[in-house]
Amino acid sequence: MKKRWYDYLWVLSLTYLILGFFNILFAWLGLLCFFIPLIISVSQGTKGYCNRYCGRGQLFGLLGGRFGLSRKKDIPRFMKSKAFRYGFLIFFFLMFFQMLWNTYLVFEGAASLKQVVTLLWSFRLPWHWAYHGTLLHPGVAQFAFGFYSVMLTSTVLGLITMVLFKPRSWCVYCPMGTMTQLICKVKNHKM
Amino acid sequence: MNEKKRQKAAVDQNFCVACGCCVKVCPVSAIEIQKGIAALVDTAKCVGCGRCAKECPASVIELREVSA
Ligand code: SF4
Ligand code: SF4
Repeated sequence: MKKRWYDYLWVLSLTYLILGFFNILFAWLGLLCFFIPLIISVSQGTKGYCNRYCGRGQLFGLLGGRFGLSRKKDIPRFMKSKAFRYGFLIFFFLMFFQMLWNTYLVFEGAASLKQVVTLLWSFRLPWHWAYHGTLLHPGVAQFAFGFYSVMLTSTVLGLITMVLFKPRSWCVYCPMGTMTQLICKVKNHKM
Repeated sequence: MNEKKRQKAAVDQNFCVACGCCVKVCPVSAIEIQKGIAALVDTAKCVGCGRCAKECPASVIELREVSA
């Protein structure tokens, strides 16, 4: 099959993770991975983002496929159930709003900037080297640390399920994938 | 007479997540994601190679025998 320009978007996903290691403010770019899928699903009623442009999915496909870092086993049945997928979507968003709340507190001056990246919503990794002070408000940096935490956490989860199951197992429970599919269902009157 | 049994891919649309991984690997472009909801195999085009079933992260594609 002929490769198209959008088959190389995994390079951007990888670059994103690396940039955040050197300067946390790049984490803001990750908002693209939130808004583009939503805009496509709302305006076109398709999962065009997942189907074509998702660099993270491509990265898992490459590592698990070409590089063989996957057992290529079936994902457990419960993980493809609606309960698990919608449950994970809700959990993910609760955590996301908590992150936004923490950002708000820093903007309000009610909390100070915490230069850590929180992995899997629990483990606080030091990450101060990626922050070099900014002319902007510390809240801007707090959001970057929080958002990078979200991106790193989902990458780590995706890597774990890539190794255990099929390369793109993450796509089964990816909150953005679940949400865009839901939007398509509603938009196309299938719900 | 051609009484040969043939394999065709079939998607369990209830559990399909519409990721499109199957579309990418099908050598004859027999699969389409319908309205961002689920994949559908065009059995007229499908040659039963099974690549889609292997790739599908949710493992919801099955090869079924159909009489040709
Ligand atoms: S079995 Fe092969 S030809 Fe048929 S839909 Fe799957 S990938 Fe395409
Ligand atoms: S790879 Fe599987 S889950 Fe993804 S669209 Fe195809 S049939 Fe559906």
